[in-house]
Amino acid sequence: MSSNKKYWKSVEELNENSSIVETLKSNEFVESIPVEEFLGDKEALASSSTSRRDFLKYVGFSTAAASLAACEGPVHKSIPYVVQPEQIVPGVWDMYATTYFDGFDFANLLIKTREGRPIKIENNKIAGARFPANARVHASILSMYDSMRLKQPKIGGKDASWDEVNSAIKAGLAKGGKTVVLTGTIASPTTQKLINEFLAQHPGAEHIQYDAVSSSSALDAFEQVYAERGLVDYDFGKADLIVSVGADFLGDWQGGGYDQGYVGGRIPSKGKMSRHIQFEANMTLSGSNADRRIPMTPTQQKQALALIHNIVTGAGDATSLDAKLKAEVVKVAQQIKQAGSRAVVVSGIDSKDAQLVVLGINQALASQAFVGAPIRQIRKGSDAKMQTFLSDLTSGKIASLIMSGVNPVYTLPDGKAFADAVKKLPLSVSFTVREDETAQVAKIAAAAPSFLESWGDVEITKGTYSLTQPTIRPLFNTRQFEEALLALNGSQSSYYDYLRANSAAYLVGSSWNKAVHDGVVVNAIQGVSGGAGSFGSSASALAAAKPAGKFELTLYTKTGMGDGQQANNPWLQEFPDPITRVSWDNYVTVSKADAEKLGLENKIVANGGLNGSYATITVGGKKMENVPVIVQPGQAVGTIGMAVGYGRKAAMQKEMQVGLNAYSFYNAFNSVQGADIVAESGEHEFACVQSQKTLMGRGDIIKETTLDIFNKEEAKVWNPMPVVSLDHKETPVTKVDLWESFDRSTGHHFNMSIDLNACTGCGACVIACHAENNVPVVGKSEVRRSRDMHWLRIDRYYSSEESFAKDDEKKENFDGLFGDNGSLGGFGQMEEPADNPQVAFQPVMCQHCNHAPCETVCPVAATSHSRQGHNHMAYNRCVGTRYCANNCPYKVRRFNWFLYNNNEEFPFHMNDDLGRMVLNPDVNVRSRGVMEKCSFCVQMTQATILNAKREGRPVDVNEFETACSAACSSGSIVFGDVNHAEDDIARLAADDRMYHLLEHVGTKPNVFYHVKVRNT
Amino acid sequence: MKKVGNHNSILKTLFLSLALILTSSSVVLGQDAAPAAATAAPAEAAAAPAGAGDPVNGKALFNTNCAACHKMDAKSTGPALRGVGDKHSMTWLYDWIHNSSAMIKAGDPVAVKLFEENNRQVMTPFPQLSNKDIDDIIAYTSQPKAETPSAAGTVGPPGTAGVDSGISNNVILGALVVVLLILVAALVMANRVLTKIAAKNGIEPAVREKTLPIWVAFARNQFLVLVTSIFLLLAAGYFFYGWTMQVGVDQEYEPIQPIHYSHRIHAGSNGIDCKYCHSAARTSKNAGIPSLNVCMNCHKNIAEVSDKTATAEHSKAFYDGEIQKLYDAVGWDKTAQKYTGKTRPVKWVRIHNLPDFVYFNHSQHVTVAGIECQTCHGPVQTFELMKQFSPLTMGWCVNCHRETNVKMEGNEYYTKIHEQLAKKYGVDKLTAAQMGGLECGKCHY
Repeated sequence: MSSNKKYWKSVEELNENSSIVETLKSNEFVESIPVEEFLGDKEALASSSTSRRDFLKYVGFSTAAASLAACEGPVHKSIPYVVQPEQIVPGVWDMYATTYFDGFDFANLLIKTREGRPIKIENNKIAGARFPANARVHASILSMYDSMRLKQPKIGGKDASWDEVNSAIKAGLAKGGKTVVLTGTIASPTTQKLINEFLAQHPGAEHIQYDAVSSSSALDAFEQVYAERGLVDYDFGKADLIVSVGADFLGDWQGGGYDQGYVGGRIPSKGKMSRHIQFEANMTLSGSNADRRIPMTPTQQKQALALIHNIVTGAGDATSLDAKLKAEVVKVAQQIKQAGSRAVVVSGIDSKDAQLVVLGINQALASQAFVGAPIRQIRKGSDAKMQTFLSDLTSGKIASLIMSGVNPVYTLPDGKAFADAVKKLPLSVSFTVREDETAQVAKIAAAAPSFLESWGDVEITKGTYSLTQPTIRPLFNTRQFEEALLALNGSQSSYYDYLRANSAAYLVGSSWNKAVHDGVVVNAIQGVSGGAGSFGSSASALAAAKPAGKFELTLYTKTGMGDGQQANNPWLQEFPDPITRVSWDNYVTVSKADAEKLGLENKIVANGGLNGSYATITVGGKKMENVPVIVQPGQAVGTIGMAVGYGRKAAMQKEMQVGLNAYSFYNAFNSVQGADIVAESGEHEFACVQSQKTLMGRGDIIKETTLDIFNKEEAKVWNPMPVVSLDHKETPVTKVDLWESFDRSTGHHFNMSIDLNACTGCGACVIACHAENNVPVVGKSEVRRSRDMHWLRIDRYYSSEESFAKDDEKKENFDGLFGDNGSLGGFGQMEEPADNPQVAFQPVMCQHCNHAPCETVCPVAATSHSRQGHNHMAYNRCVGTRYCANNCPYKVRRFNWFLYNNNEEFPFHMNDDLGRMVLNPDVNVRSRGVMEKCSFCVQMTQATILNAKREGRPVDVNEFETACSAACSSGSIVFGDVNHAEDDIARLAADDRMYHLLEHVGTKPNVFYHVKVRNT
Repeated sequence: MKKVGNHNSILKTLFLSLALILTSSSVVLGQDAAPAAATAAPAEAAAAPAGAGDPVNGKALFNTNCAACHKMDAKSTGPALRGVGDKHSMTWLYDWIHNSSAMIKAGDPVAVKLFEENNRQVMTPFPQLSNKDIDDIIAYTSQPKAETPSAAGTVGPPGTAGVDSGISNNVILGALVVVLLILVAALVMANRVLTKIAAKNGIEPAVREKTLPIWVAFARNQFLVLVTSIFLLLAAGYFFYGWTMQVGVDQEYEPIQPIHYSHRIHAGSNGIDCKYCHSAARTSKNAGIPSLNVCMNCHKNIAEVSDKTATAEHSKAFYDGEIQKLYDAVGWDKTAQKYTGKTRPVKWVRIHNLPDFVYFNHSQHVTVAGIECQTCHGPVQTFELMKQFSPLTMGWCVNCHRETNVKMEGNEYYTKIHEQLAKKYGVDKLTAAQMGGLECGKCHY
């Protein structure tokens, strides 16, 4: 078809007499091509010795040479030690006991090292080591192999030597003026001693301890009553009734680490289990594990706490709580009174009054979980002191500032003011692992080693002394803060010698070598005792609480990110939040009612990803724009929540610079702020790994019952076996089978038990699995496409009615397709979670089915079954048809869509020489195009068997472990050999609560679950 | 580094046989020379100052008592001892050997000087040695250094002998060729004579009818063509398959190493247990290349090879040079008998390369199963240079797992499972395969 359209080349064509148009008509190119310059010199061309033929010969020869060279196999070098260290046998791992404390998290650990490099973190299970690793501590091993770390000290942004740093600091201090040492909480007695020595040498100097996420109100209250700064290490195992008012004790409240005790009382035995009631605003891990969760705004929580106090102590009621909530609280308070010393009340309200009232209630109850509980020393920061310091700093009263392990420019609400003040100081030093926001403004950025490269000691609770030992030589030119302090104090000794000498006082009845070996020494534990006071006035102050704004914003820490120290850790960024299941982001959580009012929404878009609205949040005049919104079931109406720890920019990889910095709202170190929220245009793309929020009444996926029914009825009532029709008779599904069964009674047969009562959803297993099995990180956009590679996921389900039981009931009562009870509309409703739903967590990994659907469809027999119960996956055999993944009813198989290692498109640790040091040498790194999945840590079971064989002994009781079972501090995941009657797993497999996931499919999995029992 | 192929050319065989002849002849000569030197010794011993000593007994005593720290001609922990009898009086030597530290304490200037010169190392006192014993030792040390039989002059004869035998082979071959040629000529001549006789006798040789040339006939026979092409295709396929199957299989891979380390000398001649050096094989998945400090356990004292170690291929100087390479790597100063601290790790070329997706554990096979190293690695004690003996293919692994009985006796781990499986399969011995040793995930994870 011809066209008369005229195509314009430029505006010049409008001008009829333009010379340019004329020129262009005759010339194809605007500028002449420099052919003449290139080939014009005939003589030069002629005199050249390289003829065209020669040129072609060269090309041919080099091509042939290149292809010939490519035919040869690669040559591998093998370089032995010159002098092999006595302890190291290449190919055999060593374990070293150590202790983690970074100012926020703390744990007693064992570090697994291979050929001198740490590759995995395990829990130290020796007696006295009470604090297991959480997800962040498990991931900290990768933070050491971070190539974005500060690799050597810098002065004014330029590389410097340690001698220069030392003399610069000394010169700065010599000039006089007030010196302040600003550190995170110092739980190390030896470091504290060093700081004290430093302070003594510099009169007028001051030591300020600063916690990015403050526990100051609880510390102040405790100090007022017990005359020392500490936190109560509640033993929730000793309580029959646990009432938490805004305290996420299964999360990071007062440092976290309470799950072991809590879970101890949550497993029904002899017809009893503890009852947990939670009043809270945000949906937290504690709230989702509670038997009864009552959403309340922070102000209501204060009043509720005052009311509980008044009822327990018998004082009058002066609260203005609305009638419905009041009735609930009164009921709870009466239960507390009834339970007496078997009850415990905790609170996370950032107010000294509230914390005093909590102490008062527990004293009044003589709560067994409280009286005699150890005293934690892992938080010491004082808000008041910090405020004074900040005003001193901005008003120029301070001359020198030495910081260690803190990043106030990022974590303070007004970091910019702090940065400006620091820039003006004559001397400012920051000891830091990475060149963070604070190190960038400080004169001297002193490179500090990670905990895996340093010596140290920690007194986590009063009376227990733990040691930190290096497990690798420092990777970079780093120096410990303590080492530098020693030099500043004029001492010649090394910190190791100093620590060793100082530790003698704490090693009662133990030698240094034994203490280093064990990692922990337990001296006499001094628990909470005595202490008195009148708390009535505090209670009435609480009762008079008023909301501070239109909305109440509660700042919280995410399970994956904590206070944000490890924000550059790809494992943690990709770790899906246990509640929202969103990775690579922080966001504001809004209740459904408020979201509808404000016009905020979440929706699943065509590619399966979750999109959310943007909102603007205003707190005390500070505005934050484009905050992504998650509509959170269970969020108290009138409240919003936001996680700190995100939005870091300095010394961070581009991919990891996600989220927004909520610390800017952390005014006066109070986690509750009055706020306003307004909807914005635009949509945020989340990387959410679970789009199906509810169980849709499929009670056989997570089986639940109540303690009442559990005690009164037979197992077949609350844990029914699915039946199928065989010869027109109802037959239990386990009796019907398409396949011939193998004899599984000989040798080992591995099973895994997951107790849904014990699983708190903490996610330590997910990261442990990542570390053990070289699971790749795929990045936000791939996670959004549901291509996450986690071998182990923790599904989170909400109930659509007020409980899962009512969901089941509703589904059972569907009648026909249409109408009020129609299933068509009914299922639609059931997709929506309730305003205050019940929550259940379910870890799901490969179920290692004895009759596995994946094995029968693999065209190349790449996945096959072992007689030990493993469902094997031979990566080298897999051709990537993905039939297996499609045929897997549990959706646990993961496909390598891309090459995730050594690929610049995935710039995470596997594309980094340093980051790859964390890889487990016993496990293959998978390539593109193969399927992978949980292997039941076959490398670990094989190693256990081999050790036993080599020692010529049977395998010990409970000796078999997997990465997840070893990491599960609450004891939910148990692994073992069911053919070994002494193993715990054999007992658990025979338990009444045992059921298999999707039993009716007939896959006969080797993973089983235990029915969740709620004490409602 | 080039892969050494598996091409045994005729030339190579010839060369090898030549080398073999050379080595055998030199060994024979060496053995001849040794007793000759020994017989020559007593005559010389008479000239030694102590005179009375018996050098044969002295040699035995030297080897048991002194050789740990002293060498005859080179400095070791202590100084070289040849001709020590000339340096000191016999009484001084008796005192020194019986208790040197007392002499040093007493301030004997010679003793103190000696002590200082040798890194202040105290010599072990030997009060058990009688003066007669010491006389014998001194007599032994006073013997002049024996002429090495493989020195320049003596290399000639075996060499020429080798050449001689080569020539004689060639002569035989030449003679054979000549004979064959004569035979051919004789046949041709006989044919000619016979034809002539036939012509004379008037017998006409039957004239053959002109038939089709054989290849045309073949080309016309379609059936034959079809069968042949099928055969050729199959044969080609067979060989192609065979060729592809050896891709990546590096059997007989024998790379040149940075240090010419001879397993023949260490494991063969000296009979050192494999696991003395490869100790990790007992406990680890890797057998481990020994670290250099393990080498130095022996080589601190062994700075040179004995004359008998040299072969026609590699001279003593060559092997000594290789030991020097070890010293350079580990930073050992031979003359000062001290570590310099300057180390340079040896970059060995790895020979046995399993792919990443295979998990193999040495300790499982060595410690648990008690399999000899040679089962997989071949007669390593005969290898001058280490090479890959087995194909290391999966078929090779699996075959062994199918055929080998698991060693269960005396290992309590197996007690229960043996009982159960023996009953199940009705056998007394179980193979690795029956234990589940063929499952994919046992080696691939």
